[in-house]
Amino acid sequence: MSSSVLYDAPGPRARLRNRLYTVLGSLAVLGLIVFAVYRLHAKGQLEPEVWDIFNNAGVRTNLRDGLLTTLKVFAVAGALSLVLGLLLAVARLSEHKPVRWFATGFIEIFRAVPLLITIYALWVLFLTYKNDLGVLGTDTGFWGLVVGLTIYNGSVQAEVLRAGINAVPKGQVEAAYALGLRKYQVMTTLLVPQAVRSMLPTMISQLVVTLKDTSLGYIILYPELLYAARTMAGNIIVNGENPFTAVTIVVGAIYIAMCLALSSLASWIERRGRRAKTGVVVAAAAEPAEQPGVLDVTEGPLGPVEGDENRPTAK
Amino acid sequence: MKLRKSASAAVLAVLALTVSACGGESGNAGDTPGETGGANQPKLPTYTVASDVKVDSPTLKKAQQAGKLVIGAKNDQPFLGFEDTDGKRSGFDIEIAKMVAADLGFKPSQIEFKTVDSNVRETTISKGEVQLYVGTYTINDERKKQVGFAGPYFLAGADLLIRADEKGITGPDSLKGKTVCSIKGSTPLQEIKKPKYGAKTVELSKYSECVQQLLNNEVDAVTTDDAILKGYAAQRPTKLKVVGKPFTKEPYGVGMNKDDKALRDAVNDALEAHEKNGDYKKAYDATLGLSKSAYTEPPAVERY
Amino acid sequence: MNVLLDHLAEFREGFIGTVLLTLASGLLAMVLGVIVAGFRVSPVPPLRLLGTVWVTLFRNTPLTLLFLVAWFVVPVIFVPGLSPWTKALLALGFYTSSFVCEAIRSGINTVPVGQAEAARSLGMTFTQTLRMIVLPQATRTVIPPLSSIFIALTKNSAIAGAFSVTELFGVQKLLSDQGFAIAWIFLWVALGYLVITFSISGLFRLLERRLGVAR
Repeated sequence: MSSSVLYDAPGPRARLRNRLYTVLGSLAVLGLIVFAVYRLHAKGQLEPEVWDIFNNAGVRTNLRDGLLTTLKVFAVAGALSLVLGLLLAVARLSEHKPVRWFATGFIEIFRAVPLLITIYALWVLFLTYKNDLGVLGTDTGFWGLVVGLTIYNGSVQAEVLRAGINAVPKGQVEAAYALGLRKYQVMTTLLVPQAVRSMLPTMISQLVVTLKDTSLGYIILYPELLYAARTMAGNIIVNGENPFTAVTIVVGAIYIAMCLALSSLASWIERRGRRAKTGVVVAAAAEPAEQPGVLDVTEGPLGPVEGDENRPTAK
Repeated sequence: MKLRKSASAAVLAVLALTVSACGGESGNAGDTPGETGGANQPKLPTYTVASDVKVDSPTLKKAQQAGKLVIGAKNDQPFLGFEDTDGKRSGFDIEIAKMVAADLGFKPSQIEFKTVDSNVRETTISKGEVQLYVGTYTINDERKKQVGFAGPYFLAGADLLIRADEKGITGPDSLKGKTVCSIKGSTPLQEIKKPKYGAKTVELSKYSECVQQLLNNEVDAVTTDDAILKGYAAQRPTKLKVVGKPFTKEPYGVGMNKDDKALRDAVNDALEAHEKNGDYKKAYDATLGLSKSAYTEPPAVERY
Repeated sequence: MNVLLDHLAEFREGFIGTVLLTLASGLLAMVLGVIVAGFRVSPVPPLRLLGTVWVTLFRNTPLTLLFLVAWFVVPVIFVPGLSPWTKALLALGFYTSSFVCEAIRSGINTVPVGQAEAARSLGMTFTQTLRMIVLPQATRTVIPPLSSIFIALTKNSAIAGAFSVTELFGVQKLLSDQGFAIAWIFLWVALGYLVITFSISGLFRLLERRLGVAR
């Protein structure tokens, strides 16, 4: 406690005051909880019948199927977004101008557009050309959602990786070139492994975002967990009302559990990375910044990147 | 540390839920409508499946090759198009879909139902995501630009669903200043939005969500076709009622590809045949009839 | 081209809707975020706990679910009779506040403890330390992440379109349902969002430069 930036170690009077605040704060928090529970009870949301629906086989199957669907979309989209992110990051650092421009444009556009809009547009596009698309045409909902998530999160992952690559000390790259390594060798054996290592917590945090964003599938009627639960809540009637509250609470708990599990993985890696003494700093497990330039290190190992007018020009 | 512990506890909870999903009671949660319980309840008709159907329709040929017909439907409208927690579909629209499919040579097991909400109907039908669409789909000229319609097979009218203790609303003209909920892209919504009614509107994507808003006192009325509303009212007779003054005409049609005239004719033939041989009325009595809507003769099929 | 010109009114209405919703919920998120960040760094345990629970709850829930809560749970338990716009404001503001809170907290934590200790040994009071030592430095570190949080907020406001709020995404859907080519609509709507997001990042870069110190 004494190491807080804001507060000095409390003296006797401050301790008394803190104790008073503790009591008042606890009462306020407790009061809020009691009020919520009381209101839930008054509105009949705590009746055993309302919660009994989760003992029903059909309801459980629906929830389980929804959860599995969400996890399936997340697994495919997460993996693909990492691959796409890697490709885009390398492309954006390429020495060939057209490649660099293409990657920059792709990343900037798809990061600026709401994912919901991308998913919907892709879905309509897939439906329009479903006969010419082969595999993609068979399950347009699934692929619309997966490709949308991949494009958006891939663009974000690319920026994260690029920041990681730029954070590798320049001397290492020069040493590698001096040893006669080729460009792709420098990239694959030196830069990318270190970038991935240092940025892993941030990348996992972005995967948490990917997981949460699978719920946007409702816009194209894809039956992931949230949409399945919503449909189900609309079709069950208990005591003359739809159990929206109960279903929302249960589904919310499932999402929070999944996201917490993933983000605790990120903080675990971060702590491990801090212990290792490799000279590469492991980034905090924060969500990557949306704004271009935030993660950038102006002088990367490959020199300042051209064609990126969003970089801060502060010297 | 704390985070990790709570996270793993939460994961365990989820696992427990998923694992136990294999068990659980069977049957339906809540009072799902459309359950055939009593002995004197009207029975659903069965339809003879036509064999060797030859119609010069690209949609149908594709369906015949695949061995299944993809039909779009609603899943949240009791007595019309409803899906219970076990995934069983029931309702009048579902029956219409089955009788049409039978005449096109598809057994009920060969029909793949897809839930398509009102707000994406045009997109899914015109892009071929569903081959036929039977889901309280009003025929109008605006929509004819994008989809083809067979039918009409039923004539509904926009009405208002209100709370049972509501006194102030007697029809569309008494909606001034009231909040009305409906579905994005539905025809009654477009009607009620006209300035002469002076009503505030709320647009959601499912009728069941509108009904819950009505029960929560968040909106004062839900507007859509009377056939749909009567279903909701029949589910909760003590809490909701239908005003009973239809203010539009909503002829329901079967939606399909705009240019597939052969399929349109075939579906029209099927509808007429089943209306004549009595299947139509039997299906009505066993579905919509249960929500206490009186039977009316089907409107004449309009070919174009 | 025609899609834009023929439906300029819809596009404009949607654009303004998105801007207004972003501004209002951004403001709410800032206010709540500062309060909750204050809770999280306070020496009072229950308040700290409340702050932690708040952040955990809102950061790990899909925004769509929060919208459902605003529509179906809040009216039952807390306040009935909110307009769709207010509900969207609440969902977006609460969701974003958890991110704002974390940004502010980490901003405060980047101020070296030694500086605060030095200030206190010079006899500065709590408010003086906060005003002259901590806040000026914390503000600078907080601005870049805040910028990205508001950009994310702009994009997240698209979800409100499915919940009875007029904004840009609704325009895309409306026109696509009317059968216009999706590619063009997408391009124009995307441009609308680009305008907003680039203004936000420009504004924040200006702020950053104003507040920045020569190092």
